Amino acid sequence: MLITCPYCGPRDVIEFTYQGDGNRERPQPASQDLDAWNAYVYDRLNPAGDHSEIWQHSGGCRAHLRVVRNTITHEILSTEFARGGHKSADNRAEDRP
Amino acid sequence: MSPRRTETGGRIDRLRTIRFTFDGAPYTGHAGDTLASALLANGVTLFGRSFKYHRPRGLLAAGVEEPNALVTVLRGEVREPNIAATMVEIYDGLVAVSQNRTPSLAWDIGALNQLGGKILSAGFYYKTFMGPVIGPLKGTRFWMFCEHFIRRAAGLGKAGTAPDPARYERMNAFCDVLVVGSGPAGLMAAKAAADQGARVILADLEAHFGGSANWSGETIDGMSAADWAQRTVAQLGGNDNVRLLPRTTVWGYYDGNTLAALERVTDHKEVAAKGEPRQRYWAIRAGTVVLATGSFERPLVFPGNDRPGVMLAHAAERYANEYGVLSGQRIALFTNNDSAYRSAVALKKAGAAIVAIIDVRSDVSNEMRRLASDAEAELLADHAVVATEGGKALTGLKVQRFDAMSGALSGDERSIHADSLLISGGWSPTIHLASQAGAKAEWDPARQAFLPPKPTHRWIGAGAFTGSFSTAEAIAEGRAAGLQAAGGAESSAPLPVVEAAPGNPDPAPVFEIKAKGKSFVDFQHDVTAEDVRLAHREGFVSVEHLKRYTTLGMATDQGKNSNVPGLAIMAEALGKPIPEVGTTRFRPPYTAVSIGSLAAERFGDLKPERLTPMHDWHLANGARMYSAGLWYRPMIYGLAGETVEQAYVREARATRESAGIVDVSTLGKIAVQGPDAAEFLDRVYTNMFSTLAVGKARYGLMLREDGLAFDDGTTWRLGEQEFLMTTTTANAGKVMQHLEYFLDVIWPELKVTVTSVTDEWAGAAIGGPNARAILASCVTGTAVDNAALPFMGIVQGRIAGVPVMICRLSFSGEMAFEVYSGAGYGTHVWEALIEAGKPFGLVTYGLEALGTMRIEKGHVTGAEIDGRTTARDLHLDWMLSKKKPFIGSAMMDREGLIAPDRLELVGLIALDNRPLNGGGHIVEELDEANPHDSLGHITACCYSPALGKYIALALVKGGKARHGTRAFVSDPLRNRFGPVEIVSNHFYDPDGSRMHG
Amino acid sequence: MAEYSAFSLLKNALTGNKDWKPAWRKPDPKASYDVIVIGGGGHGLSTAYYLAKEHGITNVAVLEKGWLGSGNVGRNTTAVRSNYLLPQNTRFYEHSMKLWENLSHDLNYNVMFSQRGCLNLAHTPAQLDDYARRGNAMRHLGVDAELMNVDQIKRLVPALDVSGSARFPVLGGLMQPRAGTARHDAVAWGYARGADRRGVDIIENCEVTGFLRDGGRITGVTTTRGEIRAKKVALAVAGSTGHVMQLAGISHMPIESHVLQAFVSESLKPIVDTVLTFGMGHFYISQSDKGGLVYGGDLDGYNSYAQRGSLPIVDEVMSEMLALFPGLARVRMLRSWGGLCDMTMDGSPIITTGPLPGMYLNCGWCYGGFKATPASGWCFAHTIAKDEPHEFNAPFTLDRFYRGLIIDDKGQGANPRLH
Repeated sequence: MLITCPYCGPRDVIEFTYQGDGNRERPQPASQDLDAWNAYVYDRLNPAGDHSEIWQHSGGCRAHLRVVRNTITHEILSTEFARGGHKSADNRAEDRP
Repeated sequence: MSPRRTETGGRIDRLRTIRFTFDGAPYTGHAGDTLASALLANGVTLFGRSFKYHRPRGLLAAGVEEPNALVTVLRGEVREPNIAATMVEIYDGLVAVSQNRTPSLAWDIGALNQLGGKILSAGFYYKTFMGPVIGPLKGTRFWMFCEHFIRRAAGLGKAGTAPDPARYERMNAFCDVLVVGSGPAGLMAAKAAADQGARVILADLEAHFGGSANWSGETIDGMSAADWAQRTVAQLGGNDNVRLLPRTTVWGYYDGNTLAALERVTDHKEVAAKGEPRQRYWAIRAGTVVLATGSFERPLVFPGNDRPGVMLAHAAERYANEYGVLSGQRIALFTNNDSAYRSAVALKKAGAAIVAIIDVRSDVSNEMRRLASDAEAELLADHAVVATEGGKALTGLKVQRFDAMSGALSGDERSIHADSLLISGGWSPTIHLASQAGAKAEWDPARQAFLPPKPTHRWIGAGAFTGSFSTAEAIAEGRAAGLQAAGGAESSAPLPVVEAAPGNPDPAPVFEIKAKGKSFVDFQHDVTAEDVRLAHREGFVSVEHLKRYTTLGMATDQGKNSNVPGLAIMAEALGKPIPEVGTTRFRPPYTAVSIGSLAAERFGDLKPERLTPMHDWHLANGARMYSAGLWYRPMIYGLAGETVEQAYVREARATRESAGIVDVSTLGKIAVQGPDAAEFLDRVYTNMFSTLAVGKARYGLMLREDGLAFDDGTTWRLGEQEFLMTTTTANAGKVMQHLEYFLDVIWPELKVTVTSVTDEWAGAAIGGPNARAILASCVTGTAVDNAALPFMGIVQGRIAGVPVMICRLSFSGEMAFEVYSGAGYGTHVWEALIEAGKPFGLVTYGLEALGTMRIEKGHVTGAEIDGRTTARDLHLDWMLSKKKPFIGSAMMDREGLIAPDRLELVGLIALDNRPLNGGGHIVEELDEANPHDSLGHITACCYSPALGKYIALALVKGGKARHGTRAFVSDPLRNRFGPVEIVSNHFYDPDGSRMHG
Repeated sequence: MAEYSAFSLLKNALTGNKDWKPAWRKPDPKASYDVIVIGGGGHGLSTAYYLAKEHGITNVAVLEKGWLGSGNVGRNTTAVRSNYLLPQNTRFYEHSMKLWENLSHDLNYNVMFSQRGCLNLAHTPAQLDDYARRGNAMRHLGVDAELMNVDQIKRLVPALDVSGSARFPVLGGLMQPRAGTARHDAVAWGYARGADRRGVDIIENCEVTGFLRDGGRITGVTTTRGEIRAKKVALAVAGSTGHVMQLAGISHMPIESHVLQAFVSESLKPIVDTVLTFGMGHFYISQSDKGGLVYGGDLDGYNSYAQRGSLPIVDEVMSEMLALFPGLARVRMLRSWGGLCDMTMDGSPIITTGPLPGMYLNCGWCYGGFKATPASGWCFAHTIAKDEPHEFNAPFTLDRFYRGLIIDDKGQGANPRLH
């Protein structure tokens, strides 16, 4: 699997650390809503199909990326910085066979 | 002249004789021979024994799909088992031995298994060996008794235990076009792509490029196909943008168009050149892959089809044309398709007598009839082979009239005298890589074969891989694929002209001749047609059940020979078309791959070693090292004759009496900088850091999101916006990732950067009543007295001319200081401290003494913060700020985390004054014979020189409530039982007067 | 149906093996059942078997979307052990071990359970203490465990590198002698045959496409072979749990599906006579009766439903293998494959009633599901039949995560790829 880091370009998956489901929303730090905290810490979307997820380029620039990847084909549809902005230059959605 | 070597022809070098041994007997062959061709030339017919029945077996194939002729290659003590003789290039001094036979290949006691006959049918072992329900062999004992013998009878070659001295190498390669296979299609593709300027890699698993061109006997562009291939390879070799990889098996097609390949660099050499690895593992990232992997000829299934002397037709053609070896003098062919006729003509030309061509079809074309007559062969259309004769070599066969539509045999059996029977059951495209890439194969009823479907990755097929079996088609498709892969336009330039024997690519749909006797589908695993039908009767009808129940296709050839015939027999039993039985999905590897090559440079060097700047000093000064994760740290600095316990007790005692110094460079160190650094630390630590004054340090605790304890350490405020965080050695990487995640994903608005500086700083902790005096004697540029350097204070100064940062903090419980210098000066500063400490009797101490003093103080480490404990469990709840939220604060009070029966940190004192063991358990009532009701366990233990007792830290249910009570250590694993007193974890100087000074 | 025995083998051999009957029938689905078990893998089949055997509930259908046993029961590395740290796990897996020890007799099917032991190698004194903690925990629950020293280990596995010069020298190990391996496919087939003989309908090629409801209650399923109603619908779909729960309208679960690769070498004469694990990485190995070394390592480490592995893990696993067995560099890896692992947030499974009325859930096997097969089905059958858990599976609730009653044997927290 190759992930295209917006800084570093296409790199092998071995350079990245998976940080899981990118759909989770962390409650405000002071929130006492335990259900919301439980959902954030424990619940996962886990779809068979396109999945938005967080990867860290831990063997590179160490930026966190939001990657949309298909969990059946492992195709990567888009990559951008997790903190927002700057999509990678060559999102490959158009290359899907 | 060996009996089977032709007078001329082949690509072997007849002037070079190579000497080798097989099963101890000396043989000769020529340069260019494989072990298979050389032995065949020497008249050897018996190459191996089958897995289950130990039946004698000869060569079936000439290439990578060989299921029978497996050998072990020896290089001194180093063994390489299960290598197909067809893939071993001979070299002077080659030593090969046969496998799976006792005592010899010719006389194998395992052949007695054949007497088991029908009892040993597919899956028989599931139906027996359960043993008696009662008595001494009940339960699993009877099976395990039987298994002992079964295990020894099973298995092919024997692996070695001597370490492999070879080196393996990994290469990463990038190309625009990877061409897999170098037959006419692959060569044309590589050439076309290279001419477009693309970066091309051409890989072929054989030693010589050319594929079928090397033995087809066809003519391309007016020259022999082999010469044309050589010329094309030479042209390719002259291009800077082409990398040629012969002896390179592309075995895996992975995500992202990453392909894995194995290059056999020196396996064919007597001696490797200096620096050459044995094998090279290529990870190739290809823009586009051209799959020109050709096809396999399929065997036919009929009684006695496994007798030595029965061989695939193209294999015999290849032995004759490429190696100058005849498979026999009197050759018969048995076929369901046209390709065997070409083989007949080629073998006739090479000097063999073709006694008969037996064709299951009635409508043999006139062209084929002409080829048969060219071969001077009797053509028996509408016939089938129903038996073979001979022992360890073929002597003849029997044929009968056969109706291809009904499969019925009729008429009398007729015997034919022959020493070689060549079979052809049609061809299967080699679609393995495409299948690995995720494409499901599609059955083509005309070709009677699975063809590759629409690509799921960026690959293009060409030649026989696509089911286009003629060389002319291969050449056209190859060029088109190469152009397309390189992004070039289609070409209308003329293609090389091919002169080839005619032939219809579509075989008759005949896979099996049903007659009396064992008909093999999977040769190596001895799966017969009857086994397939038994699987059908018992309901194991899907392709995967068939494979698993009968072991069809699970042998080292991975079903390359047996897959389609097996499916066909099952389909017939089911009365369904073949694709409805299912299609096998191939998985990596295409052929077996040495484990050494996959480990590559990590063979013998699994993980990096992390050494502190003072590592060499420790070694030179008697340290015994301890491996902690990737780090090496001094365990003790033993004196002559000292035990480990004596050493650490001496070190700890000396530290408490005067002073000791320990290397703490391995602690994780993270620079936390920026306008929001203090705010950030308030969020990640349970306690406050924004209130920390510049020039002071504070002990901090972090929780995970789920509210459990994560890590602890001190963090130093070096400036208003600058902190130096320390973490435990083990969690340095995890904490760093934790911080980065929050800064980058959760709180990107915080203006903070974190930088791992673990390796930038050398750290030494010096503690004990004289520690301050020692420092005072060697530090310049700052005072270190209580006013200048109070508890948790930080100063900057110099030692031996080197800038240092000193923080007064204590893990040992003594007046202590951590001295940090640039890593490059670590040893220099360390030696200066040692020198300054000499008048005070300063000792160096290792992890054991460090651990001893921390146990005496009741501090926690990774043994207690083990991912299951909370701050409360560890009595660190005083650190949980109520003034602010922090990571984990919302989750830490859930019912399971505040339950009364949780394990809590306590201290233990051994009342029998004997050593305790880490991992021993604690019970209320001692029951050595039947230990039960564990209350908890010991996390760390030592002899405490300060207390004069064996003590421990433990996590125990009830915790504090048990202080002052008696319990027992129960350690059945080490037979250590005895009374303990449960006490506070703060054994020594609980009010901290020593460290506060 | 005929009993399997040496005698029946002989008798059938004399008649050319023509009289063997299918191991299980291939019935069409009925309109309704008392219980539908979704998932014809090891756990689903054992659930059906124990529903029939222990609770007399035989009007049961097992629905399998593909071929029976096509999931992890036929894709694992076949180790069976009960060497856990935490008592909740140890009790459950020890119950499984006891069922294993009599399983071939119980099923009249040789599942080849071979109690050749499982040895966890330790490479640092701290790790040896950790293993001692675990082994002692087992002993306090009546489970067998022993510490082995280097000499004993060398005798047991002569091919192992126990030299002090290794990067991570072997200092000792924790052995569970009753642990071992079983023939994975035989477990699926044996349970299928046993359930079938007790009247359970095993329906292959029947994919569940949705759930039937009456109000909030689950009353059946829609499938590729039509609607099927049931009083109780039980899920045992492992790696597909997230997907099937989404069909039931539950979009989020404390589960991630990950791919785990496994590997087999070419067949060799016996060289590893126990189940062995490496302590300074993640690697485990045993040798099958056919002679193949069966081994594996870490998860690939990202969500996947692909049953398709990645190259870096291949390299990692092989490197760790050679760190233990430097003599095996020339042995060759013959096959690799991937299985889907339903990784929970604490590494322990879920066997529970609910979460919807009429539904029962069995999932979260991470990569320990094979050894759990008997106890998983046994406990799940109890839970389905009695509408409450047995004490062995009572801790394995779905809400334990939210309540902080986590059962985290590895201490890794809510990070599924690390369990």
